[in-house]
Amino acid sequence: MPAITEIIPLPELTTDDLSRYSRHLILPEVGMEGQQRLKAAKVLCVGTGGLGSPLALYLAAAGIGTLGLVDFDVVDASNLQRQIIHSTKDIGRKKLDSAAEKLTALNPALNVVKHDTMLSSANALDILKDYDIVADGTDNFPTRYLVNDACVILGKPNAYGSIFRFEGQASVFATEDGPCYRCLYPEPPPPGLVPSCAEGGVLGILPGLVGVIQATEVIKLILGKGSPLIGRLLLVDALNMRFRELKLRKNPECPVCGTNPTITELIDYQQFCGILPESKEEKTMKNGIPQLTVKELKRRRDAGEDVFLLDVREPYEYQIAQIGGTLIPQNDVPNRLAEIPRDREIVVQCRSGARSQRIAEFLKQSGYSKVVNLAGGILAWSDEIDPKVQKY
Amino acid sequence: MKIFIPTPLRSFAGGQDAVDVSAATVTEALDRLTESHPDLRRHLFTGEGKLRAFVNLYLNDEDVRYLPAKEGTQVSASDTLSIIPSIAGGN
Repeated sequence: MPAITEIIPLPELTTDDLSRYSRHLILPEVGMEGQQRLKAAKVLCVGTGGLGSPLALYLAAAGIGTLGLVDFDVVDASNLQRQIIHSTKDIGRKKLDSAAEKLTALNPALNVVKHDTMLSSANALDILKDYDIVADGTDNFPTRYLVNDACVILGKPNAYGSIFRFEGQASVFATEDGPCYRCLYPEPPPPGLVPSCAEGGVLGILPGLVGVIQATEVIKLILGKGSPLIGRLLLVDALNMRFRELKLRKNPECPVCGTNPTITELIDYQQFCGILPESKEEKTMKNGIPQLTVKELKRRRDAGEDVFLLDVREPYEYQIAQIGGTLIPQNDVPNRLAEIPRDREIVVQCRSGARSQRIAEFLKQSGYSKVVNLAGGILAWSDEIDPKVQKY
Repeated sequence: MKIFIPTPLRSFAGGQDAVDVSAATVTEALDRLTESHPDLRRHLFTGEGKLRAFVNLYLNDEDVRYLPAKEGTQVSASDTLSIIPSIAGGN
């Protein structure tokens, strides 16, 4: 396939470039022209987290001319287990600034373009249009579909990578003859079915592995060398260290990249993924379960009210931090109902309020008449009531 | 034949990453799987019995949707079925 930057006059390499990239220059697959193509290329990294960290670092090292970064998040201690572009001193700092600093330290000739925003239907086309290739390192379904559709509409290849616990996927979507993300997955899973890294956990090294695979694909597309993952889904199982490959086909009936596309504009991706905006009512009631704020729980405890706090997290979480709840891990609850009084109000609590909501609903279905969910969980307690309670 | 269970669904398959079943077609293999692991059924199939759109099924390395006989395709003991759900983690 023709290299992306074929029709643009290639930039000259400086003497610094020649010494820096000597190991590339002596490779037949790169050479002077290949390195010039890399220098001319403009790549957009969506996300500077787990996948974005190694991705951006290796692209900067390889001599990409312009690297756009999209991230609106702030560095948190729990990121440092895997987001290696950030350092301990960056905790609390904008990821964009932290990433840009490391990238330009590695390669001062790199042109970093910071997009301090959340990618949305309103800005995606405008942001993506100036780049040659997009590398998707985001962490949620709505953005994955947004990036995919924008890439297909604009004709920009998408070096895709995604991870879950210790498994990863990688491919290249949105090339002219190849499939797009929707050819593989026409619809997203219902919200809440596939946990995020915060809820499901992730092996720290995994995004390192997959992110570098994405960077490799970006570089191959720019050079026009090797065999890219177009029409191929690479599956990585880090625990068993097995790599498998599945064939991906372009779906002729794909609504975005098929022969008769029905989607030619960006849509509301939150709605597409079934994520409804939180109504005012939901702040106080969700699926029939009253939501208790941490402030209100504190007030009740301080007033000496007899509150039964049911903590449905796992024992290792309880060891990290707890607020005096009775621990019955969520999967044990159905077998331990005898320990949960029916005549008192039960306040169900977990880390962020999601698991506890599900258990609260289960208790209600099991005949408990006074069940409330602690909205925001122990994280909210730490934020609003007692910062000494360890967040994790 | 072996059916590979993806990480997000392993807790519904008794924690296993692969299950062995005896079957003549893809459909039969899935039926065998969900008979012994009923929780998997609602995660894999809609109420109407269709495979959920965010789950893909591969017979060896081919997407079942593109096989001429689709789920009716005959399988042998040395074939493998892979269930590949969409995952979005990146952060």
